[in-house]
Amino acid sequence: MQTRMVEIWVGLFVAAGLAALLMLSLQVSNLSSMSGDDGYTIKARFDNIGGLKVRSAVKMGGVLIGRVASIDLDPVTFEAVVSMTMDPRFNQLPQDSSASIFTAGLLGEQYVGIEPGGADEVLKDGDTLLLSQSALVLEQLIGQFLFSQGSKDKNAGE
Amino acid sequence: MNGLQWLGASALGFFRRLGRGHLFFLDTLVALPANWLRPRLIVQQTYAIGVLSMIIIVVSGLFVGMVLALQGYNTLVDFGAEESLGVVVALSLVRELGPVVAALLFAGRAGSALTAEIGLMKATEQLSGMEMMAVNPISRVIAPRFWGSFLSMPLLAAVFSAVGVLGGYFVGVGLLGVDEGAFWSQMRDKVDFHDDVMNGVIKSIVFGVVAGWIALFEGYDAVPTSEGVSRATTRTVVHTSLAVLGLDFILTALMFGE
Amino acid sequence: MSFEPATADTPLVEIRGLRFLRGSRPIFDGIDMDIEAGKVTAIMGPSGTGKTTLLKLIGGQLRPDAGTIRVDGQDVHRISRKALYELRRRMGMMFQSGALLTDLTVFENVAFPLREHTDLPESMIRALVLMKLQAVGLRGANGLMPSELSGGMARRVAMARAIALDPMMIMYDEPFTGQDPISMGVLVQLIRKLNKAMGLTSIVVSHDVAETASISDYIYVISQGKVVEHGSPQNLGRSDSPWVRQFMDGLADGPVPFHFPAPTLAEDLLGPA
Repeated sequence: MQTRMVEIWVGLFVAAGLAALLMLSLQVSNLSSMSGDDGYTIKARFDNIGGLKVRSAVKMGGVLIGRVASIDLDPVTFEAVVSMTMDPRFNQLPQDSSASIFTAGLLGEQYVGIEPGGADEVLKDGDTLLLSQSALVLEQLIGQFLFSQGSKDKNAGE
Repeated sequence: MNGLQWLGASALGFFRRLGRGHLFFLDTLVALPANWLRPRLIVQQTYAIGVLSMIIIVVSGLFVGMVLALQGYNTLVDFGAEESLGVVVALSLVRELGPVVAALLFAGRAGSALTAEIGLMKATEQLSGMEMMAVNPISRVIAPRFWGSFLSMPLLAAVFSAVGVLGGYFVGVGLLGVDEGAFWSQMRDKVDFHDDVMNGVIKSIVFGVVAGWIALFEGYDAVPTSEGVSRATTRTVVHTSLAVLGLDFILTALMFGE
Repeated sequence: MSFEPATADTPLVEIRGLRFLRGSRPIFDGIDMDIEAGKVTAIMGPSGTGKTTLLKLIGGQLRPDAGTIRVDGQDVHRISRKALYELRRRMGMMFQSGALLTDLTVFENVAFPLREHTDLPESMIRALVLMKLQAVGLRGANGLMPSELSGGMARRVAMARAIALDPMMIMYDEPFTGQDPISMGVLVQLIRKLNKAMGLTSIVVSHDVAETASISDYIYVISQGKVVEHGSPQNLGRSDSPWVRQFMDGLADGPVPFHFPAPTLAEDLLGPA
């Protein structure tokens, strides 16, 4: 019957549409690698976060273990407060781990790198990392380099 | 003085149409739930609106994805960042091109057909005849077609994006030699499910409602002559395209603007 | 469906002081009409006198600017939408074009009101549809699409559809217009036959004088928004009102002028381009 064919075609159409959605969620986006909802949140304070953005990667030993959830400025200390949502699989991070901001490649995106500490206690939801190292800002680096070169030349001249 | 009168008359006409359009939308909304008692009507319209639009959606999606990959590659390769090609292709498709281009194609393929069909039904007194048979044309004719557009649009947009990503993959990985692993992993790294995929789906749902509404209203409100129907069909394509592009800007600003 | 036949002394359709404006132009300007149950009543008048509009007013598709229309005791424009739809199930209407649903076959067109309004099993619907099609002589055409029908056949299918729910009355909008003599004869016969066989009340809107007069029990002649004459066909035939004479005898000029209102020809020709 004709209605039967119509129904079969509509079934195929809906299946194709759902398959496309599934592909977009699993293959194209990060739904499979990380579910943001059931992770735990930790915080770190930095003097300067450089070009770090919300959703930037959080890595340990090069492995993606979380993402930056929000970035705030502490109104008293004027430090940047970075909240990170961590993958619940990695819930054994030592409490005295430290956070630094690195750049992927020379011009790449910035990310938070976590160095594991040695403590037995582990980081829990809402904890703040005590040790942190700010982003390297290229202008500052170049400025420092020129300054030190200049003073070296002066020393050599005397 | 004549110019002023013309201005006033067109403004009044515009607002009258706007009012009729909204009343029509409300009538349709009221009629929507009861339609599920007769799912066959919805299935039929989903066929006419969705299934028959698949070919144009798949072909266009494929080519748009392939062009994106070619163009993106030429730019990215200058920065040695050709491995980000997957990200460029996927983000453009999922966020913008998928919902928007699918909606524009929908307006041309399905929307115009809907308007012409309803307009001709009106011109040949079929709608009037239904009313005299105590059948409400809004719930018998309009509502199932509205369901059809509402259900089809997100699926069509998803198919468009998915096929586009595959097209980009064929060109990027197959033709231009981008590393396959980097293509997919970078994509998965940068494309967020909530912020990108879901927002794209929300866009396409909104576009489906608007495109269906405009097409059906233009048909229902058409002057019941051949000229009136042809004008209404043109208006459907023009108004839907403008509405989709305008709404896309607003939605993008709301979703991705911080 | 409750089915109360209207009693003989109260008319089935009662129109009082009907006024209807299109823009600022009056289409009807105070019309009174009684349509008796069980009879064939014709409403005649020159083209453009709003006869179709009158049927749409009776069916509740248009609202009058003044006056009332009562069908089977109910004021069509005062009752709720739901009650109006209930009432419409008991009215059939045959449009001039037939207004068949072009995406359905003849069978499905006749089955349409049954499927929409009843939960009859498929076998019952089939039997009913074939019976109705048999009544109009088109049972053999049940598998055709409306586009494959001639104009006369489409109207007969529309008739079968109009009587599908066994209504109390049926309204025919220009049933004879543009038909060859044979199909005209078929339609004339059918209207009379259905009226008798099903105990219907029929309202025929037409400007085909001879055919309409041959089947109707009572005739209203309307012109320029008023009822100019009414009575049985015999009485109208004897009427000496110039309106009726012009219309019934088909004279080109008379109270209804040949020329559409215009400035004089000389004025028009010599006036600015």
